[in-house]
Amino acid sequence: MRITRTPAGLTQGSRTKGGIGESTLRPDGTLKVTGEFAYASDLWHEDMLWGFTLRSPHAHARIRSVDVSQALATPGVHAVMTHDDLPAATRYGLEIQDTPVLADGVVRHHGEPVALVAADHPETARRAAAKILVDYEQLPVVTDEESATAPGAPVLHPGRSDHHAGHVPHPNIVHRQPIVRGDAAAAKARTDVIVTGEYEMGMQDQAFLGPESGLAVPADDGGVDLYIATQWLHADLRQIAPVLGLPEEKVRMTLSGVGGAFGGREDLSMQAHACLLALHTGKPVKIVYNRFESFFGHVHRHPAKLRYEHGATRDGKLSYVKARIVLDGGAYASSSPAVVGNAASLSVGPYVVDDVDIEAVALYTNNPPCGAMRGFGAVQACFAYEAQMDKLAAELDLDPVEFRRRNAMSQGAVMPTGQVVDSPAPVAELLRCVKAMPLPPERQWETAGGSPDVRALPGGLSNTTHGEGVVRGVGYAVGIKNVGFSEGFDDYSTARVRLETVAGEPVATVHTAMAEVGQGGVTVHAQIARTELGVARVTIQPADTRVGSAGSTSASRQTYVTGGAVKHACEAVREKVFGLGRERFGSHHPAWATAELLLEGGKVTTDGGEVLASLADVLDGESVEAELEWRHRPTEPFDLRTGQGFGHVQYSFAAHRAVVEVDTELGLVKVVELACAQDVGKALNPLSVTGQIQGGTTQGLGLAVMEEIVVDPATAKVRNPSFTDYLIPTILDTPAIPVDILELADEHAPYGLRGIGEAPTLSSTPAVVAAIRQATGLPLRRVPVRPEHLTGT
Amino acid sequence: MRVTFTVNGRPQEADDVWEGESLLYVLRERLGLPGSKNACEQGECGSCTVRLDGVPVCACLVAAGQAEGREVGTVEGLADHAARRAGGTSADRARQWRPDPADTVELAPVQRAFIDAGAVQCGFCTPGLLVAADELLEHNPDPSDADIREALSGNLCRCTGYEKILDAVRLAAARAAEGD
Repeated sequence: MRITRTPAGLTQGSRTKGGIGESTLRPDGTLKVTGEFAYASDLWHEDMLWGFTLRSPHAHARIRSVDVSQALATPGVHAVMTHDDLPAATRYGLEIQDTPVLADGVVRHHGEPVALVAADHPETARRAAAKILVDYEQLPVVTDEESATAPGAPVLHPGRSDHHAGHVPHPNIVHRQPIVRGDAAAAKARTDVIVTGEYEMGMQDQAFLGPESGLAVPADDGGVDLYIATQWLHADLRQIAPVLGLPEEKVRMTLSGVGGAFGGREDLSMQAHACLLALHTGKPVKIVYNRFESFFGHVHRHPAKLRYEHGATRDGKLSYVKARIVLDGGAYASSSPAVVGNAASLSVGPYVVDDVDIEAVALYTNNPPCGAMRGFGAVQACFAYEAQMDKLAAELDLDPVEFRRRNAMSQGAVMPTGQVVDSPAPVAELLRCVKAMPLPPERQWETAGGSPDVRALPGGLSNTTHGEGVVRGVGYAVGIKNVGFSEGFDDYSTARVRLETVAGEPVATVHTAMAEVGQGGVTVHAQIARTELGVARVTIQPADTRVGSAGSTSASRQTYVTGGAVKHACEAVREKVFGLGRERFGSHHPAWATAELLLEGGKVTTDGGEVLASLADVLDGESVEAELEWRHRPTEPFDLRTGQGFGHVQYSFAAHRAVVEVDTELGLVKVVELACAQDVGKALNPLSVTGQIQGGTTQGLGLAVMEEIVVDPATAKVRNPSFTDYLIPTILDTPAIPVDILELADEHAPYGLRGIGEAPTLSSTPAVVAAIRQATGLPLRRVPVRPEHLTGT
Repeated sequence: MRVTFTVNGRPQEADDVWEGESLLYVLRERLGLPGSKNACEQGECGSCTVRLDGVPVCACLVAAGQAEGREVGTVEGLADHAARRAGGTSADRARQWRPDPADTVELAPVQRAFIDAGAVQCGFCTPGLLVAADELLEHNPDPSDADIREALSGNLCRCTGYEKILDAVRLAAARAAEGD
């Protein structure tokens, strides 16, 4: 089933083949299947050195001394750098510059970079780093709210001067955001049913497959060229240049192939380090993390503890919600403040509640730093509020979907922030869609021959019974995610579009700094250019810093914002073409002046279809170019006391139905099917949209039943930095994921589209856990759900 | 040490190989074949899957010296390998022709299917999956979904949720059956 309600007139331009709405194929697909696509870790340069990072074995320690002499004396080693060798700024950060480039006398988390080595072979660099003698004095660690805010707790960042320092209740709290609306206490007095719950989410890793890597090449002008896998070239640039003591124009960045991101490449990893070594040695330097190092090399999803209290009336209407969300930001701020804003403002979910009292905080601890990961604060909240919705439904003896339907928001609803949801919010419809899908057959392991196909059982080929203790459960969840950067951030993208004739054929060239990380932005840009300019051939230029910022490939924003910039740049080019045409041919035909003109099939036509001139004749050898910045409508910060404000530009919704089978004796879960319905506004590329939804859904499944970075609470050290012990879903763990796509246009967005990347990661996790609860009757307040939670052992 | 072996049907020689180097490192850094990927270097993700005398292995877990005198097949040789196996121009290869010059690269049917089915997103897992899927289809031209899942269970993908990868293998199998 597909519902299309895109209002007429939203799609401008032509209907050229390969335009928006078609499942055109990736322009980089051929290179990616032949192995020729150059990822950042594939780069090579003559005379290149390999960089390696020495990291702290302790979560909190004072560095008494560092002796690099043995490392420097190792044959093949060209340089060793510590904090003392830094030429300029010594700290960086996305929002708060609190992260040392190399440890400055103190390490605050396990794996913090302490020193750099450059050598002619990666193994030489690794062995030399092991010869660096660091004398550590271990310090007590803070690992949770209690220890971080206890009297006498070590303050991790004394003397804070950042813009959140003034309003937080304790210096180990990065940011605090309350949301207060209505009168929750008064509403409680009118409430029939109250449920409370405490929930916990472990630390999830983005686990992108392409490790952090890049190549820095020193240039003759004293600058550096950096080829890098990142999510936002210009944000990197803004942080790297001060560290190198160079003006931004001397740090030239080009995007290399990016092997996935999911938020984990928003912060710097090895960018500044490679440039420092390259400028120090005068030689090209490549740094490639291995998987072990990657677990320390990027921020993770905030683990969270959430306490919720929901009230409802006997007729199944939510009366109030109180919540307290504590996010563990780890040692450095990263994007914790924005994650707090999201968790707080989206804490109630896609439901109508007039009276709310919410508080979200992020902590500084000695745990690994946490920041952006797909879902960004909304994932943690969704797990908790959806568990609460099921609990309330059970208390009220209502079907969980029916209870959600009675409280589902729709267009015009008011968020707890006071913001009116001013585009479609088909929450009830999405739930109806997933509920209406046929259920997968039961006991699929049973075969005609009698012996079970154990591959279809929880546990698969090993660790499995023959299905004796297997029970089935079905669970539902729905979520709400903001799209784009929020809270007053100037969120814009730049696009440069050129139209010219090459060998008699019109060709459009699109140049942006958008980081293609696998999501398919390059596919969509070409589609937009075809639609708007009516040409078949589009060239996508490599992303680099020779063009203005395209913002981050995160917050589900790239198709909306950089796509919007490409669309508007194309429109500007189109107007210039019409201008040229009027100049050259206007006197030949009155329609040039009077008719609505279109660019279609390489020709200028009237809206009635009459051909006025070929594009080649209009251009006559000239090229037409436009470059512009495009912004979505502005947002505003949340009030620091009440959380009120027009904080988000757009909302995105998805719902899931999970069907699970649980072996209650072995504590094993098999997700049998994970159906998703999502409103995408307008599917610019339906194949890619489905791929995003299935991929996001699977990451939510991983969080539900297997994925967690385990941090020892006594030492704050990471215990499982490998794919042997940090498990992500394999093809055997991942079920069929049927997808239902709704297209309800948002009139504020280009083509009516809605950012889609994150919403499916939200409701997937609570749907799976709801299904396990239904199968087992267990309360299950923590994810990932582990075998011992199911067997009670 | 020097390692002499065959890669994608061509004799190769790597000099000054340190004893600790993996086959993956030699392919990527010494022979200029970076198609096999370095996602975990722990034998867990399958992104470096190559064929060693026809058997799929994680190249990161094979010491370079172990490849001495043997035949290695990587993603870069997949199209040639498929063409030799087919013994000529198959219907599928004929259908691959595209007017766009960027699309006229010779591809193995499984490579074409991965593109067409949308099984490629970031693409980092793709080379390993292609080698594994090609090997599966070589000995099992009509695999069930359970067969596909079992054969590809050693290859992690973080982007797609695997649905489109299943689609791609089914598509490659269906096209091969149609072309028979």
